[in-house]
Amino acid sequence: MKKPKTIKVNPNSYEKRLAEFFIMIAGLWQFQLQFLKQVFTPPYEIEQIRKHMDELGIKTLPIVSVTGFIIGLVITMQMHPVMVRFGAEAFLPGSVGISIVRELAPVITALIFAGRVSSGIGAELGSMRVTEQIDAMEVSGVNPFKYLVITRIFACTFILPILTVYVIFIAFIGSYLAVVLVQNMNYQYYIDSVVASVEFGDAIPGILKTFVFGFIVGIVGTYKGYTATNGTEGVGKAATTAVVVSSLMILIFDMVLVKVTLWLWPTV
Amino acid sequence: MKKVVEINNVSKAFDSHVVLNDVSFNVEEGENMVVFGQSGTGKSVLLKCIVRLLEPDSGEIFIDGKNVLSLNLKELNDVRQNLGFLFQGAALYDSMTVRENLEFPLIRHFNFTPKEREEKIKSVLEKVSLEEAINKMPSELSGGMKKRIGLARSVIAEPKLMLYDEPTTGLDPITSKEISSLILELQKSLKMTSIIVTHDLLCAEIIADRAIVLNNGIVQHEGSIEELTSSSDPFLRNFFSHKIFEQQNRSSNV
Repeated sequence: MKKPKTIKVNPNSYEKRLAEFFIMIAGLWQFQLQFLKQVFTPPYEIEQIRKHMDELGIKTLPIVSVTGFIIGLVITMQMHPVMVRFGAEAFLPGSVGISIVRELAPVITALIFAGRVSSGIGAELGSMRVTEQIDAMEVSGVNPFKYLVITRIFACTFILPILTVYVIFIAFIGSYLAVVLVQNMNYQYYIDSVVASVEFGDAIPGILKTFVFGFIVGIVGTYKGYTATNGTEGVGKAATTAVVVSSLMILIFDMVLVKVTLWLWPTV
Repeated sequence: MKKVVEINNVSKAFDSHVVLNDVSFNVEEGENMVVFGQSGTGKSVLLKCIVRLLEPDSGEIFIDGKNVLSLNLKELNDVRQNLGFLFQGAALYDSMTVRENLEFPLIRHFNFTPKEREEKIKSVLEKVSLEEAINKMPSELSGGMKKRIGLARSVIAEPKLMLYDEPTTGLDPITSKEISSLILELQKSLKMTSIIVTHDLLCAEIIADRAIVLNNGIVQHEGSIEELTSSSDPFLRNFFSHKIFEQQNRSSNV
């Protein structure tokens, strides 16, 4: 893939940073177009996608398990006094459930995933770029964009929703534990309360947006790594900026997607 | 003799810095052509232009009669399957074992059975005398071993054309001589045509049938190693006097 054309800017750092930001946005856009152009043409590298999904899933599972459990526990303990103040403690499981399913689990899982995976992809591809491994692949007649980039973007896009569903369940376990601690609620009542409050329409938008978040993590990580320059310094920069950019983009897209999902699946 | 590579008036610049300026030369079938030149004169850029890792600004490059600059990606990949490229740092895929590195081009471009693949891997590892490294990761190999495995990976599909980018850089004189002899041996047994970019006069003396010297982006001299080293041209005398001095120094150290 052709790299975006570099432009000469005044060495003033603000101008330079602004120019670099717009170059990155243009590069990401071009990279995404390249993805769309190549994704539907064979070979499809299914085996590589499966391998990356396995790796990414296993790599992220411990940290998202801990995070999910703590989110469920903490949010329930935090909301309990508020609900008591309004005499609405019976609604605690339901309101916590809606928060987890609609927003907390998708966004926090995506942010953790971005921190863990985007940097890893950025560093791995960056290192392959600066040590000419990507060039070697290209010269051997293999399309490195398909083999390295498309497979990772696919893996990220499809593994994040699976991880999010898992985190929702773990968060409910954490939440139940907190409810038992603060309110001594029995298991059946907790389940009934959550099922009565959390509807299918609450879960769908939350899960659907994680496909977008997964795609963001994949495309930013691969873009940063694939276009890395300047040796080991460039690899480090690719890994760091991949996390920053993907986390920021997840939050910005979340803002937009909340509006879209509320329009598609109105809550009232 | 059939021309395997024809480079016609190739130019390449990075911004305002002209690296290659109207470079032209041919490489005949079975020939080992060495490209000399000072650092930054565009030797590696020239190799990368030949395989279109870099796009020249102008000119024509023919490999086996096909103008590689006018080919689409699929046609270009067909041409690339018939050539090998040994990168300066060997460029082994560091997430794969030696076996997987060697298997990579075979799995993707040929319909060998697993048994045939295994035989090919063992045979090429035997040629580079590294049979015991088959299950090692690249990080477990020394610089010389990496070069050997890189060489094995490049020739495993028995390409017609081999391109070497500084095959002996960073190696000690003994390993450097071994790699040079290995390159010559493989070239003879596989009947390949080769273009070798190097600074190493000893390597060139072992391998080269003919050499060109790049200076200021142009092919300034062409001839056999003997002709070039005995030339009275001031640039060549200056260029090779350093090399001969280095070589003598290294030989006395060995």
